[in-house]
Amino acid sequence: MSTVKIDQPGKSVLMMGNEAIARGAIEAGVDFCAAYPGTPSSEIPESLASVAEHFGLYAEWSTNEMVALEAAAAASLSGLRAIVAMKQNGVNVCSDFLMTVNLSGTKGGLVFVAADDPSAISSSSEQDSRNFARFADLPLLEPATFQEAKDMTKWAFEVSERVGLPCMIRSVTRLSHSRGNVKLGEIPERDRSARFEGVYIAGAFAPAQHSALHQKLERAREEFEGSEFNWYVGPEEAKFVIVTSGSGWFYSREAVAALGLDAEVGILKLGTTWPLPERFIIDHLKQATEILVVEEIDPFLEQNIKVLLAEQMKTLRPIDVYGARTGHLPGFGDINQDKVAKALASIRGLEYWTRDEGYAKRASELALPCLPPRMPTFCPGCPHRASLWAIKAALKLDGRNGFVTGDIGCYSLGAGPAGFFQLKTLHCMGAGTGLASGFGKLGQFGFDQPVVAVCGDSTFFHAAIPGLINARFNNSNVLMVVLDNGGTAMTGFQPHPGSGYDALGRPAPVVEIEEVCKAIGVEVKVRDPFEVDQAIEDLYDMLQDDGARVMIFRRRCYLVESKEKVRKRVFVDSEKCIGDDCGCARFCSRVFNCPGIIWDAGAKKAMIDEVVCTGCGVCATLCPSGAIVVEGG
Amino acid sequence: MALEKDPLNLIITGVGGQGNVLASQIVASAGIKEGLYVTVGETYGASQRGGPVMSHVRFSLQAQCSPLISEGQADIVVGLEPVEALRVVAEFGNPKTRVIVNPRPIYPIWVLSGQAKYPPVEEVLEKLEELVDRVEVVRVTEDGETPPAVNVLMMGALAASGLLPIPIESFEEAMREILAPKDVELNLQALRKGVAAIRKG
Repeated sequence: MSTVKIDQPGKSVLMMGNEAIARGAIEAGVDFCAAYPGTPSSEIPESLASVAEHFGLYAEWSTNEMVALEAAAAASLSGLRAIVAMKQNGVNVCSDFLMTVNLSGTKGGLVFVAADDPSAISSSSEQDSRNFARFADLPLLEPATFQEAKDMTKWAFEVSERVGLPCMIRSVTRLSHSRGNVKLGEIPERDRSARFEGVYIAGAFAPAQHSALHQKLERAREEFEGSEFNWYVGPEEAKFVIVTSGSGWFYSREAVAALGLDAEVGILKLGTTWPLPERFIIDHLKQATEILVVEEIDPFLEQNIKVLLAEQMKTLRPIDVYGARTGHLPGFGDINQDKVAKALASIRGLEYWTRDEGYAKRASELALPCLPPRMPTFCPGCPHRASLWAIKAALKLDGRNGFVTGDIGCYSLGAGPAGFFQLKTLHCMGAGTGLASGFGKLGQFGFDQPVVAVCGDSTFFHAAIPGLINARFNNSNVLMVVLDNGGTAMTGFQPHPGSGYDALGRPAPVVEIEEVCKAIGVEVKVRDPFEVDQAIEDLYDMLQDDGARVMIFRRRCYLVESKEKVRKRVFVDSEKCIGDDCGCARFCSRVFNCPGIIWDAGAKKAMIDEVVCTGCGVCATLCPSGAIVVEGG
Repeated sequence: MALEKDPLNLIITGVGGQGNVLASQIVASAGIKEGLYVTVGETYGASQRGGPVMSHVRFSLQAQCSPLISEGQADIVVGLEPVEALRVVAEFGNPKTRVIVNPRPIYPIWVLSGQAKYPPVEEVLEKLEELVDRVEVVRVTEDGETPPAVNVLMMGALAASGLLPIPIESFEEAMREILAPKDVELNLQALRKGVAAIRKG
């Protein structure tokens, strides 16, 4: 049973940070949720969708983050409570609307969750979305614990309603994707009724709206001054204070404890970080002579605090500020208690270590030389491995030094060994097709390389259609290959407009990718990448044509397919596999590189690893000796 | 209820696709049932399949912990795969660490493509023995079957090892809550297999 649904106020349960945010929305009586999936945010809308029918709320997967925010804003303008959640890149996508809905204002509580990914663990970039709160003049909350993730989300709806603006919640991977204790609150009965009234037009007297926006933000600041999410722990007259927010709270507390500095160092933990609760901060820094600012990614808090200190020069004593600017903390990437402890130790002239140096050295010397590197790869059975093999083979046959522009999805791994290093560019959603449309117009400058843009099915709907239309309109030489595996696979297989079902799993109209392409007026073919020879041949033929063309490689993600089908047994016929005498250079294991095929060093033949193999059988079509057998296949 | 150390730090490690996340969710939910603060940090992302994965699980009677364990601070390591267990011990182990490991390798693609070597499993186990206090090897495939739910089986081994102050019943109860009803029985069987494997060993 989904923990977000449990109606037992006071019960303590294990919740992922994202589930806690979803639960907070439920406890606020949220009516409407819209989102596009993106790590580390996807579980927020997923959790809400999973209980949507139960609570009578509405949840959708939108085509992209901009549309999601617009849809959620519609609910807000009709007096409902709405939440939208996205990863940091999604904030960029919806920023155009964000920078105008702030001016028009909102009505029902509108909570905007930006889940940042410090160190870009599952992203093409790391970015500190808090800058958007300052950019757009929006109130910003940063939960530090799982409990706060829930409680703060509930409060964010109230803040949004009181100031008439979207309220932003900034989470990070280590909160969103970690789990911890959450004490549940009450789930209210909601009387839901939507009605649109009034006028919400941004840009009518924009300077006046901007000025009104600043006044709203001042109201938020007043509210933040007394917030229960800002607190101070430590000695009353601490000269040294750590100022922190979000994930930095846990790390700061553990660093102080590890160094035994509880009696000397205070921690000022801020939950409301834009606009800053200035009086609250000044009150707690009156005795301070040194502060260390601990936060994840940009020195956002650090800079804003410095501005505040500069303004308060006459009321506060001089304070040394340590953080990213002084090099004590990185100002990029993720942090942890060790990085904070090392910063603290270096400022205070202490030593910090977490294990005996001699042991650490011995462990490294003993273990590291024998540990093979392990990189992520396509799952066994993944259609992308076959698709990228077909692309590689077709480009090689073509012989004109063609290359692939990449996009965002599981197939991004195609930049590495999993996809035979085929992707040569990789940026953001839709960029592969946009870039290709530009490369395809460079003929007048002597450019003669074929360009293949790969793009997933969900990415196609999200951001690639404008690039394709541009290529068609400007008659650019682009071959777009849509890797259609039936869903938004990388984030957990959420549906998209081509999937045939909605966020609640109900049947939905299908927007066919090939029909969209036909309507744009481009040549389009659909092939199964597991029919590898045919796929290579047809791709080669399409490479010889001019203009914008689309090849759809369609085969469902095997993670989903295998749940519905009985696994076929695949094995190597040891009579037919002649090992290194074959001349295939161990094609199945060494070249095609499926983790389900291993090399039996004793027999000197290929072997199927039955624990890993999913039974897709594509290797059987590729083995030159026909030695791989699919039972019943 | 007492903890030998507060916080008590457990790392579950394996290869993407082995079910690390579910394993950590089971043991953490079982801990919460015993009134503990439990924090789980997951390292997954692009490594959906085939990459190394780790779950940091921290138990405390006093407070919610950060989701990450410091270098050298793992008290218990559960390895769903041998090389990954050694990789984790190299960074997070100390002389007092206890290890429970499934010795069945999963080969990385660099090994398949011939660019790297996978060490003999016995060598990996010897190195583990040399570095930590105790190593329990859970041979999950001795009856020749394809092992179902290695992740849950290893949680059974952990539950029966006595290394955590959490009774097996709490693991079972947590599984009944977390898993879809149709999956409960098969997974309980896997859990019991793990329990038996440790008791036999």
